[in-house]
Amino acid sequence: MKSYGIRSLLTRRIALAGMAAAGILACINTAQAADPIKIGLIASLSGPSAKSGEAITRGMTLAITEINDAGGVLGRPLELIRRDDEANPGKGLIAARELIQREGVTVLFGGLQTPVSLAIVPYVNQIQVPFMGPWAAGTPITKNGADPNYVFRVSAVDEIVGVALVDRAVSVHNAQKPGLMLINNPWGESNEKALIAALAAKGMPNAGIEKVEAKDVDVVPQLTRLKEAGADTIFMVANVGPSAQVMKSLERMGWDVPVVSHWGPAGGRFSELAGPRAKTVEMIQTFTFSGNDNPKADEKLTALKALFPEIKSAADVTPAVGIANAYDAMHLTALAITNAESTDGPAIRDGFYAIESYDGMIKTYEKPFTPEQHDALGPNDYVFTRFIDGEIIPID
Amino acid sequence: MIASTLITGLGLGAMYGLLALGFHVTYAVSKTVNFSQGSSMMFGAVMGYTFGVTLGWPMPLAILAALVCCALLGLAIERFVVRPFVQRGSDLWLMATVAAGIMLENIVLFTFGKEPRSLPSAWADEAIEVFGAGAYPLQLAIPVVGIGIALLLTLVQTRTKIGKAMLATVQRSDAARLVGVNTRTVIAASFAISTVFAGIAGLLIAPLFNVSASMGTIFGIKAFAAAILGGITSAWGVVIAGVLYGCIEALTTAYLGSSYTQIVSFSMVILVLVTVPNGLFGTAGLKKV
Repeated sequence: MKSYGIRSLLTRRIALAGMAAAGILACINTAQAADPIKIGLIASLSGPSAKSGEAITRGMTLAITEINDAGGVLGRPLELIRRDDEANPGKGLIAARELIQREGVTVLFGGLQTPVSLAIVPYVNQIQVPFMGPWAAGTPITKNGADPNYVFRVSAVDEIVGVALVDRAVSVHNAQKPGLMLINNPWGESNEKALIAALAAKGMPNAGIEKVEAKDVDVVPQLTRLKEAGADTIFMVANVGPSAQVMKSLERMGWDVPVVSHWGPAGGRFSELAGPRAKTVEMIQTFTFSGNDNPKADEKLTALKALFPEIKSAADVTPAVGIANAYDAMHLTALAITNAESTDGPAIRDGFYAIESYDGMIKTYEKPFTPEQHDALGPNDYVFTRFIDGEIIPID
Repeated sequence: MIASTLITGLGLGAMYGLLALGFHVTYAVSKTVNFSQGSSMMFGAVMGYTFGVTLGWPMPLAILAALVCCALLGLAIERFVVRPFVQRGSDLWLMATVAAGIMLENIVLFTFGKEPRSLPSAWADEAIEVFGAGAYPLQLAIPVVGIGIALLLTLVQTRTKIGKAMLATVQRSDAARLVGVNTRTVIAASFAISTVFAGIAGLLIAPLFNVSASMGTIFGIKAFAAAILGGITSAWGVVIAGVLYGCIEALTTAYLGSSYTQIVSFSMVILVLVTVPNGLFGTAGLKKV
């Protein structure tokens, strides 16, 4: 009898404990179903490149709004959490640790600055959280040597941009001996390698490689060296501030040389800062709203105006690459999470590889990512543009 | 190449000299240095932009108002950031002025905005030809203003009553007080003069560069290097060292390449300090034993 009593007591306790556990689990599941999936963004939200952070935010916000309106991902809404990297790699890495470890973001997005992304890449590969680059173009960001590699990108890639810049200089300006004017940081180094390789592939010499600092007031000495070395075209790779100083110095020298540029000047008030020479710069982009015959461009511009009332025209969505890259990258990320059927990092990484097709703002992506290819955009996705009255306009 | 390089060097160097003169003024009077000089320079440019562009005031009035704001900033720095530490015999004013500069930068970031702006100037619109090289008239005006201010300061220090009061405050502040010199006012005035110099530098460089919250930091560091190089006790010394520093920077970039600029210019500062510890034109202070 005693044994029966103990057994019945145990059975009751087990039954009660089981019910309580089931209740708690049900509550947890309900909470999980309602909990948003957090998406982190670390970008320049202040300082000279603040417009880049604003553009990425707008593109991601538009995509997240559409995704949430359609029922979210895995039945859960997406939530964007942003941190300012202040264009500082150390601050970017601290923000990445905070967003992943404290906020528990599922996927992390980067910003404009290659040095910041390069500081974050080893950490995300180590902690196995997918990182999506919607802007920074440094080649080693995705080609980082890690296996497994958790870094994906929907943006330009320096090594391909280098080929495109050289092709443009040769075919349009008949360049024979271009000079390089590069920002003195890892992004500049990445482009130095890309441009030298692209020139070598064509058997062309260069007139010299000069560096510009972010706070240089006057770059006449550097430009004078290139001019005296016989430069017939300038390849410019720098962000808004130093690019503006290069153009002001050219104006001061009265040197009328073609400038073929990476997309750095697109990140801010280039027209205002660079003066009359701003409109002569030929700048590579992956997307423009102006002169775009893809109906999605008009449709998304209208949606952006509704979401952000301060946007009145295409001139107010400069730089458009940040918006379009971030918009497509966010939708591709949502598809990867859907494919993964979980918020587990390795599963999402495989989810990126499982994306078959997506009709985006920039193009229709077919099998955009494979284990060997973590960059969704290629050489056919580039367009050359000019900055006219604050608006980026395609040249051709 | 030499003409355009020297125009660049003289313009930048005179600006370093002007900022360095601000370091000299406070050091000469109170043996303290305002390490927020770079931020004060930025403040001058930002206030000039605010009055002249945002509020649309006539530019001469905007410049005057910006310099008055700079003077008030200097008085505030002396009263609230330097004096409390000096009165206690503490050297923590050094860190306090650095902190004040960072605070100022962040306040401007919130109020003025995150993006750099362009300050228009008729003197930086069209380049003119000087010895075969292009130059904006403003670039040529900066050395003239820098040397003119150094000359004016020398005249004030040697020929006026306030200059003599400043000298007395430096030499024997207790004795100066006994003969009726208000040393507290003299020191406060030196901080106001120092930030006005920084404001002038900011207003001169803004049309050639841009106006932003972070524009002053690197200039402040280089100007301090120039002050040390010239010998912080000599007004003419810091101005000459500033011009020298700017020219060496520009010549290194032009003849060796931009990768060597900072290496050569800062190596030169270290070399001079090792061989001439008081700077090129400075004098050693008397140490009573």
